Amino acid sequence: MPVDQSLVGRSFPPTRPYVVVEEKVREFVAATGGEYAGGAAPATFPIVLAFDAMNAFLEAESIDLFRIVHGEQKFAYERPVVPGDVLTATLTVASLRQIAGNDIIGTVSEVTDEAGALVCTTSATLVHRGVEA
Amino acid sequence: MTLETRTYAVTRADLVTYAAASGDPNPIHQDEEVARSVGLPGVIAHGMLTMALAARAVESWFPGAEVVSFGCKFTNPVVVPADGAAEIEVAGEASEEDGLTTVKLTVTCAGQKVLGMPKAVVRA
Repeated sequence: MPVDQSLVGRSFPPTRPYVVVEEKVREFVAATGGEYAGGAAPATFPIVLAFDAMNAFLEAESIDLFRIVHGEQKFAYERPVVPGDVLTATLTVASLRQIAGNDIIGTVSEVTDEAGALVCTTSATLVHRGVEA
Repeated sequence: MTLETRTYAVTRADLVTYAAASGDPNPIHQDEEVARSVGLPGVIAHGMLTMALAARAVESWFPGAEVVSFGCKFTNPVVVPADGAAEIEVAGEASEEDGLTTVKLTVTCAGQKVLGMPKAVVRA
């Protein structure tokens, strides 16, 4: 079933505040084969927040995660993420297209800190593979 | 300036570890049957894992540099075999302007480009 067109422009509630702890950053770095030496989290770490927002969005719209393939991802950073940050992500559906039975869902998630300041903007294109695709 | 190419190996076990660390439980990264059911050639690596490896290469070339922006398309899946590993190669070309360094990346697996227009801008 195609994704509801009226979603374009809709924002979803902010994710629950996420406390960045060294242990989680270390785990993330180790999962990409590196060794965490303290300091800023890796550039792609904010995906943890973006995933929270995306999973909540997919659940709210009853979209099966296993039909989703990542099409594109961009990050624009205001500052690096560091342990001690308390972050939330707010997802907006930016665009929606249908190509060859697949829904191409454009999302933008703004990651903000406890003071409400923007930390980074992440945009993700999600390809929802149709049942017949 | 051409940067020294980095090579990273990705195994099925790495996908399990990355799924837990990143909070992406999509079964197309774990389960051959589910992956094939949605038309994929097999279990594929998280696009974000490949992107994280590209970021690691950038970090290795410009240690401690603040990343200003980073983006790519996921153009071809990285198929990870049940045994052995997929090898991901990250090559880079850097140019500098107005205090910012733009790194144009070429990310390949088995000779095929897997990321579309991967680019990072860093304050080196």
